Amino acid sequence: MRALDRKLLRDLWHLRGQVLAIAAVIMGGVATLVMSLSTYDSLTTTRDRFYGEYRFAEVFVSLKRAPGSVAERLAALPGVERLETRVRAGVKLEVAGFSDPITGLLLSLPDQGEPLLNALHLKRGRMVQPWSTDEVVLSDTFADAHRFQPGDTLAAIINGKRKQLTVVGVAVSPEYVYQIAPGAMFPDFKRYGVLWMGRNALAAAHNMEGAFNQVSLTLARGAHEQDVIDRVDAVLGAYGGTGAYGRKTQFSNRFLSEELKQLQTTATVFPAIFLGVAAFLLNVVLSRLIALQRDQIAILKAFGYSYAAIGAHYVKLVLLMAVLGVAAGVALGAWFGQGLSNVYMETTFRFPYLDYRLDAGVILVALGISAVAAVSGTLFSVVRAVRLPPAEGMRPEMPVAYRATLVERIGLQRWFSAPTRMILRHIERRPLKSFLTVLGIACACGLMMVGNYQKGAIDFMVDVQFRQGAREDLALTFIEPTSGRALHELAALPGVDFVEGFRDVPAILRFRHYQHRTALFGIQPEGQLHRSLDSSLQPVAVPPGGVVLTDHLADKILHVKPGDMLTVEVLEGRRPVLQVPVLGITKQFLGVSAYMQQESLNALMREGNTVSGAYLAVEPGMEAELYAKLHERPRVLGMVANKAAIQSFYATIGEFILFYNLVATLLAGAIGFGVVYNSARIALSERGRELASLRVLGFTQGEIAYILLGELALLTLAAIPVGFVVGVGLVGILVVAFQNELYRLPLLLTPENYAMGAAVVIVSALLSALLLWLRLGRLDLVAVLKTRE
Amino acid sequence: MKPMPPDQANAIFVARGLTKIYRMGEVEVHALRGIDLTLNRGELVVLLGPSGSGKSTLLNILGGLDAPSGGEVRYLDHMLTGASEAELTRFRREHVGFVFQFYNLIPSLTARENVAAVTEISKSPMRPEDALALVGLGSRLDHFPAQLSGGEQQRVAIARAVAKNPAVLLCDEPTGALDSATGVVVLEVLEKVNRELGTLTVLITHNAGIADMADRVIRLSDGRIAEIHANAAKKRANELSW
Repeated sequence: MRALDRKLLRDLWHLRGQVLAIAAVIMGGVATLVMSLSTYDSLTTTRDRFYGEYRFAEVFVSLKRAPGSVAERLAALPGVERLETRVRAGVKLEVAGFSDPITGLLLSLPDQGEPLLNALHLKRGRMVQPWSTDEVVLSDTFADAHRFQPGDTLAAIINGKRKQLTVVGVAVSPEYVYQIAPGAMFPDFKRYGVLWMGRNALAAAHNMEGAFNQVSLTLARGAHEQDVIDRVDAVLGAYGGTGAYGRKTQFSNRFLSEELKQLQTTATVFPAIFLGVAAFLLNVVLSRLIALQRDQIAILKAFGYSYAAIGAHYVKLVLLMAVLGVAAGVALGAWFGQGLSNVYMETTFRFPYLDYRLDAGVILVALGISAVAAVSGTLFSVVRAVRLPPAEGMRPEMPVAYRATLVERIGLQRWFSAPTRMILRHIERRPLKSFLTVLGIACACGLMMVGNYQKGAIDFMVDVQFRQGAREDLALTFIEPTSGRALHELAALPGVDFVEGFRDVPAILRFRHYQHRTALFGIQPEGQLHRSLDSSLQPVAVPPGGVVLTDHLADKILHVKPGDMLTVEVLEGRRPVLQVPVLGITKQFLGVSAYMQQESLNALMREGNTVSGAYLAVEPGMEAELYAKLHERPRVLGMVANKAAIQSFYATIGEFILFYNLVATLLAGAIGFGVVYNSARIALSERGRELASLRVLGFTQGEIAYILLGELALLTLAAIPVGFVVGVGLVGILVVAFQNELYRLPLLLTPENYAMGAAVVIVSALLSALLLWLRLGRLDLVAVLKTRE
Repeated sequence: MKPMPPDQANAIFVARGLTKIYRMGEVEVHALRGIDLTLNRGELVVLLGPSGSGKSTLLNILGGLDAPSGGEVRYLDHMLTGASEAELTRFRREHVGFVFQFYNLIPSLTARENVAAVTEISKSPMRPEDALALVGLGSRLDHFPAQLSGGEQQRVAIARAVAKNPAVLLCDEPTGALDSATGVVVLEVLEKVNRELGTLTVLITHNAGIADMADRVIRLSDGRIAEIHANAAKKRANELSW
């Protein structure tokens, strides 16, 4: 081994404390990157494999009812490769020992052979037997939530008739990876389930013998999706078709895609922040570290080493640190990534299996970014050191020129002891260095705030959504649109305090070339339960004659503003295409909606007072009795209880947030400690001689610690408010980056966020101070007498 | 205070059988091999010897910066041998002034503040201004080290060392980094301090020319005292040259 390389290893060993701290910073950045990207890759790969193996369809359409012969016409359409018809039925479910309303979706399975499309992955039990009349397969989320095992029974109200069902299997379908009850905001595994039963049995129960009301198909090679959709719609228009749509609009897939898109944003934004901060810190720390090696560089030059050889020596030194950090980061990131993937699998992505993969490209990216950050931080200092003539480099640096600080010049100096003046002047002497240190510590504070931001934001979103906007206790939908008189019957039920009707009409909204498939929501203008909110989150009445859009829907999806004319393609009844003016914008953090007055919507649809469902305020304590009454009413299809929905939402995402907070805390902590410790450690190297001189002159360890740690304390305290600003800025980036159809995050930080940010900095500083205190006890006093700096 | 033997009535330091062994890896270096020495109030003592003769080790032990491996050393009625780190810090703080070869001023403090840094933690110090006037720098109070020449920096260091009114001033090669004309000015200051304040001054040098200004010259060689020689007629610092 060459002498210079041996020096390299010794230097690394000698600097091991700082090497570890720097590696910790890199590790923090790399781990976030690897965790997010590997999770994204894994889930995407798994999804694609699952969709392929289980023949997920490409175009879907629901209709009222068509005779079996129509299927042959559809299958013969150009561009259709494989086509399957099904019977589907919205049902109410009864589970023994569970009194809350449960909504279900029953889908038919072919009585002979495997489904052509949307096949099931059986997790337990078996498929239904051909021609069986009461056997069902349950979706795994619903089965797990109620601990159903093959052999258990439950009841369903199909078309107003109660039917006893026997569970024979538990399965996952590519079509229902993500399950949400119609009208609900969040998945609720206990109160919504998808079930599959034999076609013959379901058709008999749902009056669909020899007919179908749902079609799935795949496209022939080279076929254009929109063309096929148009042809299908042309055929099914006569049978009450509600408009065919592609995978992009398919409910479960759309949500999965949105989730994946968010994960991808996470995989970009979070690591960008973490790695950016880590690179910045690396740069600062390393340039100072190399500056301290000035005399050694001069000696190497005096020996005759070339600039390039010396430069390469230091580049190797920092690259070894970077590689150490990247290796630790990849290992930690892969571990976190598997954890995160599993959390996703339990909550959102109910895939039957997970292909966890860590792409080599991800590792290369991490290595590249870290190496560039490390080397660029080093080169500047090395070049500066190498440029000095050797003789000059070996001489001590001239005593740097200090001057009285601003606070002293304005006459405050008599309040400061000599040590305090040393602290102040040292900070003011190197304003850039002090600033960078403050900024570095502030970044750790900011990162901590970002990591802990989600919990408070979600609380706020839920509060706005359910305590300001949708304040109903219960939302129910009727089997089909009904006269508004039905509301009186509801109001008369025991436990009902207040009833508000709504009308929702599935529709495609178009403006120029932008479009969005949603529903027009007719609510009461002066509604007490369901209200639209203005930009300051105050309830505001929906004006008559037009539509009020969620800000995100108007600005980001349809690109319309109040005054514009929207084209509304209704997907119900006679399917009119209408022009409706946009009258206003409403603020909503969860989902997107298009609101109208119910009367205006009824007028557009050329119908009388018609409602699709109702919002109910329920007297506390009366819920169970009311549910039972509603359950008995054949025209009431689905019910969503808000309180239960919120609870299940928190239960689902609680684990997720916990995981994210833990990761963020660990990483921000690692980065925070890395910066603070390195700053302090370098300050000690720079000032060790000065401090040892003071020890010789009779200063106690406590007194010199005051000088060193006082500076650290001052910079740390200064960094906390700066860190708050950084935190708000980073959260701002997150808020902008995370805007999507499912939710928009509010720019809102709680006192706890600030406290956590400050805490990570203070704990890091205290820990660093302790380590430094131990080092101050080992200062070599005798060496000071003999050596120059 | 217990009575002293007559020959030690004026003694500030009494060292008996001092040895110091450094372990450098597997090699033992005998820096001091048995030193017996008494240093008295008001004396100006020069420790002379080549590199490695043990003069710095001796000075460090007297100054409470190092502990001997054997023997004992007493400062007035305090036993320095076996004292704790905190006691040694207090000893340095209250009784010892140090002057280093490379001045070791605090660059971020002015001349006055460098002195004040020490007087702030002393019991009955001089005013920093008086200490600086004593070394002839009464007009450069508010200059930072970077604005002073090497000789001036060393004089600030001397002012800093004497401002606490120490009983002993320990100087390790105080002129080692200076040219001879500047060195003489620094020595004049040390001489003045010794004369006017009566501070026991111990000065390390390997420059035999400086020995002529001492009351006593102690020549060290290989960790032992080779010779103690009292100057019958000591020279003034400004008569020295090298």
